[in-house]
Amino acid sequence: MATQGVGFDPEEFSRLAREARVRLRGSRRPLTFIALILVGLLALYSSYYQVEPDEVGLVTRFGRFVRTCNPGPHAKVPFGIERVQKVPVQRQLKQEFGFRTLRADIQSSYHKDEKTEAESVMLTGDLNVATVEWIVQYKISDPYKYLFRMRDVEETFRLMTEACMRTVVGDHSVTELLTVGRESIAAKAKELLSNMCKLYDNGISVQQLILQNVDPPEAVRPSFNAVNQAIQERERAINEAWAEYNQEIPRARGLAEQKIQAAEGYAIDRVNRAKGDAQRFNALEEEYRKAPEVTRTRIYLETLAAVLPTAGKKLIFDEKAKGILPMFPLGPVQEVKP
Amino acid sequence: MSGRSTIILAAFAVLGLATLSSALYSVSETEQVVITQFGEPMGLPVTQAGLHVKVPFAQEANVFDKRWLEWNGNANQVPTRDKKYIGVETYARWRIANPLLFFQRLRDERGAQSRLDDIIDGETRNVIASHDLIEAVRTTNRAFEKGEEAEDIMEAESMRQIELGRDKITRLILERVSHVVPDYGIELVDVQIQRINYIESVQAKVFDRMISERKRIADRHRSEGQGKSAEVRGKKERELKVIESEAYRKTQEIMGRGDAEATSIYAEAYNRNRELYRFLKTMETYHSTIDKDSWLVLSTSTDAFRYLQSQNAAGNAGKTVIPSR
Repeated sequence: MATQGVGFDPEEFSRLAREARVRLRGSRRPLTFIALILVGLLALYSSYYQVEPDEVGLVTRFGRFVRTCNPGPHAKVPFGIERVQKVPVQRQLKQEFGFRTLRADIQSSYHKDEKTEAESVMLTGDLNVATVEWIVQYKISDPYKYLFRMRDVEETFRLMTEACMRTVVGDHSVTELLTVGRESIAAKAKELLSNMCKLYDNGISVQQLILQNVDPPEAVRPSFNAVNQAIQERERAINEAWAEYNQEIPRARGLAEQKIQAAEGYAIDRVNRAKGDAQRFNALEEEYRKAPEVTRTRIYLETLAAVLPTAGKKLIFDEKAKGILPMFPLGPVQEVKP
Repeated sequence: MSGRSTIILAAFAVLGLATLSSALYSVSETEQVVITQFGEPMGLPVTQAGLHVKVPFAQEANVFDKRWLEWNGNANQVPTRDKKYIGVETYARWRIANPLLFFQRLRDERGAQSRLDDIIDGETRNVIASHDLIEAVRTTNRAFEKGEEAEDIMEAESMRQIELGRDKITRLILERVSHVVPDYGIELVDVQIQRINYIESVQAKVFDRMISERKRIADRHRSEGQGKSAEVRGKKERELKVIESEAYRKTQEIMGRGDAEATSIYAEAYNRNRELYRFLKTMETYHSTIDKDSWLVLSTSTDAFRYLQSQNAAGNAGKTVIPSR
């Protein structure tokens, strides 16, 4: 004899209340009257409820789901016959893994302990260990399923998320996790989690999955840093070598160009001089041909006239003056050439 | 109305209310009910939510949850087939599929939890222990992407191909458990490996390995840096040589060309009158060879001085001093 889904009508209710009051007016018992008014007030109080803008209300009558209410004021059958459960379907919900936000503010403060550490430590595909912190944002897409399909949806969702993240991280190397693979890991984990939500049919839709801090475990962190340092060193060594290269090569090119230009200059110089000399000779030769004997003598004598004064010692002797021993004053020569 | 009749009326009212409240029971969306009569189950379980009626007083409504229920395993320490000690945490979700059977076999959820502990933990151990660790960690055989700065030095073991992978391992556990639990009126909807971790003593060794691995990577980066920089220096040396030698070659070529051209110009000009050229060049040589330290011994028979002897001496030029070719 379960009462079936007849919607509760507040107008009907107030009409009944009016009739009851009319009937009671004739009564001679004021106590009963007061009691009835009290019951009426209680009924009014327990039949009113309000749904906030980011929620929907799910109404059950004797435990059976009968209707969903949108935000605003509503009435229900009082005295626990109809009950309402409110679900924040519009709200963006968030779960954190590997840390907890204590106070979200301009400068948020976080908390980590053994429990959150256990959430974040995981094995990578190359059997190394890494600590991964991440958050998942989700919405309740189906309030009915969210409320009635699973007993502890939120906690189950946590476990699902952890399993998904570890599955994906387990398929990546620690290097990928720390460097190139971050985004694809988050994307894959989100996809896996969405599929799992569909499988579990828990009324949750995953909005975002974001990796936060991803680190090697504390004990090995220095050696990971050492790798980064080594990379820096490598880059520096290479850069230095290139710097040397860039310093010397252009200079060498410049010097080479200088030498070539100088050679070019030398060649031009040679040719021009040759041309000049040739022209001078030609001109002279032309004139010479007109009076060879005279010109020749003239040049000869001119040369002697120019040269003889420059010579240090001159001795002019007569071949015919035989028997006379010419005198050579050798002294000054020895002085000049020690 | 007499006082007695009022009392009788009140007694009837109380009795009626008690009967009504015992006859009516509500079932919520999350519940299912098994009706028992003096302990004996009656009819089919009630799974429809809403208000229901039963025989008052004689029948009892036993409420069970209809939803997916929790089961969270403890951290099991299991050696894998390749003798690695790991802690495995699993979780499962189950529901009461046959409340009557569940009621008969397990009575309540607490009984179910302890039974599930035995079964799921046991099967998890079995499955994990009969496979290598890598099978429970990896899902696929995808090749690891190599970091832009280093292809990693992998342990040979971790690069091994897997046969099953995490998904199939969990399916295997689920399958095996699913064989057993219907006997208890339970349906197992999912089992997942939530966490796998090394146990502490193994973890220390793993950390050591990771450290030595990173050290190798760091060393390789360093030597790579040295190698690359030496390469650049070598390239520099080579290019310097190329540049210098090429410059030398070009200068010699250019100077040679200049020399050649000049030579041909000279030759062309001087060929017109070799005798004159020889004469002029000789004269020029006097200019450059005779200086203040030179001794000149000249005969009066020389062209220039023959007039010292006689004004009309025969002109035979003495060329004894003048070196001529």
